[in-house]
Amino acid sequence: MSVIEVKHLSKTFQQKDLKVDALSDINLSIEKGDIYGIIGMSGAGKSTLVRCLNFLERPSDGQVLIDGQDLGALDEKQLRAQRMKIAMIFQNFNLLMQKNAVDNIIFPLQIQGKPRKEARQRAKELLETVGLADKAKSYPSQLSGGQQQRVAIARALACDPSILLCDEATSALDPQTTESILNLLKEINEKMGITIVIITHQMSVIQKICNRVAIIENGHLVEHGNVVDIFNHPKSRAARELILRDATGGGTASFGENAQVDEIREGQKLRIVYSANSAFEPVIANMILQFGHPVNILRANTKNVGGVAKGDMLLQLPDDRELRFKMEDYLKEKGLEIEEVDDDE
Amino acid sequence: MNERVIQMLAEGTVDTVYMTLVSTLFGYIIGLPVGVILTVSDKDGIKPNAVLYRILDVIINIMRSIPFLILLILLIPFTRFLVGKSYGTTATIVPLTISAAPYIARMVESSLKEVSPGVIEAARSMGASNWTIVFRVLLVEAKTSLIVGATITLGTILGYSAMAGTVGGGGLGDIAIRYGYNRWQTDIMLITVALLVILFQIFQMIGMKIASALDHRK
Ligand SMILES: Nc1ncnc2c1ncn2[C@@H]1O[C@H](COP(=O)(O)OP(=O)(O)OP(=O)(O)O)[C@@H](O)[C@H]1O
Ligand SMILES: [Mg+2]
Repeated sequence: MSVIEVKHLSKTFQQKDLKVDALSDINLSIEKGDIYGIIGMSGAGKSTLVRCLNFLERPSDGQVLIDGQDLGALDEKQLRAQRMKIAMIFQNFNLLMQKNAVDNIIFPLQIQGKPRKEARQRAKELLETVGLADKAKSYPSQLSGGQQQRVAIARALACDPSILLCDEATSALDPQTTESILNLLKEINEKMGITIVIITHQMSVIQKICNRVAIIENGHLVEHGNVVDIFNHPKSRAARELILRDATGGGTASFGENAQVDEIREGQKLRIVYSANSAFEPVIANMILQFGHPVNILRANTKNVGGVAKGDMLLQLPDDRELRFKMEDYLKEKGLEIEEVDDDE
Repeated sequence: MNERVIQMLAEGTVDTVYMTLVSTLFGYIIGLPVGVILTVSDKDGIKPNAVLYRILDVIINIMRSIPFLILLILLIPFTRFLVGKSYGTTATIVPLTISAAPYIARMVESSLKEVSPGVIEAARSMGASNWTIVFRVLLVEAKTSLIVGATITLGTILGYSAMAGTVGGGGLGDIAIRYGYNRWQTDIMLITVALLVILFQIFQMIGMKIASALDHRK
């Protein structure tokens, strides 16, 4: 049985005379132990979807089942009890500003009616888990963003949840801090067996820790499956766009990125995917030497993992059709997966 | 200045402090819950209720638009019914409380609305009930702002209590009117004004000190 099952879920917001279809007929199942990514552009409906998973937002239609239990069938009190098992962290951390780190972690335990002493003990342990044992008495305003998110994670873990929902939990953090928070989440997933749902607009986040991913666009689920499959062979336009856009992990459109897109308007673009069996050798350099013609490397996002290359690269090939086909054949021969990228994307 | 005058000024000061503090306290007993209900029932609140909000909103607006002196006179029968007489310090507490309550309700409402919706959402995601959110999130997170509001309220009521002196309300305002205005004893009037200013400063200073001591936001 899936830990989370979403069936025909739709959500429509009524604003005066304006109707916004935030989600339309979403179907998903998330298994125990998954780190499930939900990715989409701004306004796609990601936050709405994740808020439907604990019924902070009531769906207009469809069902959400947690361990087989239909949330729509619960009364207010049962729903509150159920929410204690579904923890959540946020982009802006949402800590209580007037309480210090320990008291923030104690807060959900207090709601549950745990004895004060026991709660304090547990909070201390959790601070240790997230690596902030020395910050117990610090107030959120005295902590960095990454530290605040760690406190929020400790608070989320306080009630022994089986599910952790993360809504853009790393979007307000710099790349290094993002990395460390993602590592912490992965550790939590592995050690405690907590199923994690991660909402993000950055493919790099998905790539780093998720095993499965769903892509949503304008409230529709356009593609879902294993991260590796979708990363290597994206089918939907939205997926390709997200993969291409997320050049070096930044993700958010900036002036620099736009400038780059303008530069690469002409010439066929080619995306090379290094899948599991591509040896880490200077393929591109060798190709250039062999054909005596330069290619433009628009982006490279590869890693050497135990002698095997992982990641992808975006090339711009010469305008000459014949030469281009030869180069493509060369790359295929070397065991690389290639994919032509349309200019208008 | 003779001893009798000093004695009178001392009593007047005590009366003024008494009226101000007790009226503020009663004002909060009424105004704080109303402010909470306003926050909770507003359209972005944790339990929206348009009808309830609208009713309270209208009542508060009407009460706040009645000038204090008029309210004082309008309430004479009610005050007499409640305290047995319509003049003196204890009697003045009635109109002071009634004019302070809607003002306080608004102050409380605006303080509670400063609490970030994200924090409320986080509490809801932990399974907090609306009661828990009110008592453990809204009132706690807004405490600094609430105390600043109480300080401002105290100053306002202090001013009103002096105004009540014009119709026999007791306290420093009463003395200022009786001696300064009716008997042309300007020196006594000036001293009462100075005392009011000093009281005001003390209230503000203490209130702001407490507020900043309790604030952990920076
Ligand atoms: N309470 C609401 N009332 C009306 N419309 C809403 C409400 N919440 C969300 N929407 C609309 O629903 C759509 C999806 O919003 P949502 O916040 O889920 O997007 P998102 O994918 O999380 O975007 P972002 O990446 O910017 O956070 C948007 O068009 C938004 O305007
Ligand atoms: Mg969002």
